Amino acid sequence: MTAIRCTHLNKTFTQGEQVIRGLDDVCIEIEEGSFVCLSGPSGSGKTTLLNAMGGLDQPDSGEILVGESRVDQLGKSALADMRLHSIGFVFQAFNLIPVLTARENIEFVMQIQGLPAAERKARAMAMLREVGLADHEDRLPSQLSGGQQQRVAVARAIVSNPTLVLADEPTANLDSASAIQLIELFRKLNRERGITFVIATHDTRVMAYCPRLIRMEDGRIISDELQSGIPGEPPAAAQ
Amino acid sequence: MAATRLSASILLTLAWRNLWRNYRRTGIMLVAIVVGVWAMILFSALISGMVDEMVRGGLRTLPGEVQVHHPAYRDDPSVANSIDAPEGALLALLNQSPVTGWAARIRVPAMISSERDNRGVQLLGVDPAQEISLGFDPADVVQGRFLQGPDDNGLVIGRKLAEQLETELDKRVVIMSQDPDNNVAERGIRVVGIYRARLQSTEELNVYAGRATVQKLLGLGTRVSEIAITGDDFRAVGGWWRTIEQAAGPDLETLPWMQLDGYLESMMNLQTSYNVIIMVVIFLALSFGLVNTLVMAVFERVREIGLMMALGMRPGWIMYQILLESLILLVLGLVIGNLLALATILPMEDGIDISAVAAGLEMAGMGSTLYPTLELQHMLMSTAVVVVLGLLASLIPAWRASRYNPVQALART
Repeated sequence: MTAIRCTHLNKTFTQGEQVIRGLDDVCIEIEEGSFVCLSGPSGSGKTTLLNAMGGLDQPDSGEILVGESRVDQLGKSALADMRLHSIGFVFQAFNLIPVLTARENIEFVMQIQGLPAAERKARAMAMLREVGLADHEDRLPSQLSGGQQQRVAVARAIVSNPTLVLADEPTANLDSASAIQLIELFRKLNRERGITFVIATHDTRVMAYCPRLIRMEDGRIISDELQSGIPGEPPAAAQ
Repeated sequence: MAATRLSASILLTLAWRNLWRNYRRTGIMLVAIVVGVWAMILFSALISGMVDEMVRGGLRTLPGEVQVHHPAYRDDPSVANSIDAPEGALLALLNQSPVTGWAARIRVPAMISSERDNRGVQLLGVDPAQEISLGFDPADVVQGRFLQGPDDNGLVIGRKLAEQLETELDKRVVIMSQDPDNNVAERGIRVVGIYRARLQSTEELNVYAGRATVQKLLGLGTRVSEIAITGDDFRAVGGWWRTIEQAAGPDLETLPWMQLDGYLESMMNLQTSYNVIIMVVIFLALSFGLVNTLVMAVFERVREIGLMMALGMRPGWIMYQILLESLILLVLGLVIGNLLALATILPMEDGIDISAVAAGLEMAGMGSTLYPTLELQHMLMSTAVVVVLGLLASLIPAWRASRYNPVQALART
């Protein structure tokens, strides 16, 4: 089953009089349960592609199919609903709402979805345990380290059982130990829950964990390859 | 339905906590709203007190909140246009709630002459007990006494009139008027009392004599010129004057004070307009601060708003959240402002001495003491103005926040 299919995506930005091609005829297909990295230097188009897949930004032309939804044809509210119910996001920084505690941040999405309070709390606590932060439930983001904040963000991204998680430079602000911990958490959730992960990164530590690595440059895909030798996994486990 | 309720609860949580992130800015805005609300209610109470005082003064002069006359009396207040004294159903109504006092009186134009001068006056033939129930204060008689009954043969005149006639207590004056047959009716009568009034014009115009004495002088039998009626609250007269009108019958003209004195009614309308204008002006000034506060609050949270949108929050919910922040601030300001207004105005309801600045107010029918009048209507009006204008002013920053593009908002540094 295809989780995402992008066909001939184009997107340009203007910076003063200069026209920048964010996406240049990008075609890509990602299977359900995949663990994919988009890599490339700054300005290569990986974040633009990720935003287009998540319905955060619209391409100038081309088609995006997420599950059975034509993302490029949805209105603002429908896009918001799709993100709410089907996609989990993890960003580079500023991932959490500062006035909500760790548990409340995880509950946030479920609260918008309208789940009952008891169920929200139970699921949020279970997720906190899963990401190793059960004893940090009442802490505000400012009281958590960068790695802890990202783990809370991951917990929030997957708590409502999305089919797809989009992560944009999730390890950019983390030290090596925290980065490895986070990417291993991603892999674990990918394996155990079958959630599709698409990660935009130029962090080689993250790329090493990706069975499928797509390289981009100047808005174009320049390579799309499968990797073996994923740390901690036998070669056969790589997808 | 459940989704709406739960979403509203997260909106409320976010709005409340966001409000206190910058507690200093929120605190300053809250103080501004509190002071604004307090000022709105205080000014309304002061204006209301002034106007009420003017209306009460006017009602004392009329007198009464409702009057019953011969239909031609207002155009020609002569003795020819007299009516029967109240009886039957009308009399029964006059002696029960909400009527608190009434007087059947003769009021005709007359000439008064002393040995030195003469003046045109309004001769009032009254039953003193009824006049007291209608608001006449015997303590206003500064020399001599007030009338002792309807058949009292004395005359009570105003202080100013006494000066003009160069007469004094116990001296005789001549009262002259016309009887129903247009013959001159006159008699000498002794001044038994001199009264003071809030208005000099009242002292010059009104002279009081016993009703039976005047009826006898004018050959009126038991007929009177008018029936003046008063109740608990002049504002509530609309609720009962029609029953008096029905009881008086179609052959008599029954009118409430608003129709008897258009000036007084226009004062009341003016008061309402003033109150609304003052409230709107005060809050318009406040709304600039409110908009600025919200714009700053939104500007500081652009990335956070972008994040919430990325997570699936609809643009409309973002707008509601900002409006909710504004509403919480407004409601807090209203509650504290109203309590402060209560605490300030209630102790002043016994009156504020404004004699130092009261020169000239007498012309407007006011005394030297101002009685602020706190009314529920003022509090409701200020609440409506603050909530409606406040939310309207908040729409701009709220709408702008809801229009952010999540990607651009998240990229904002």
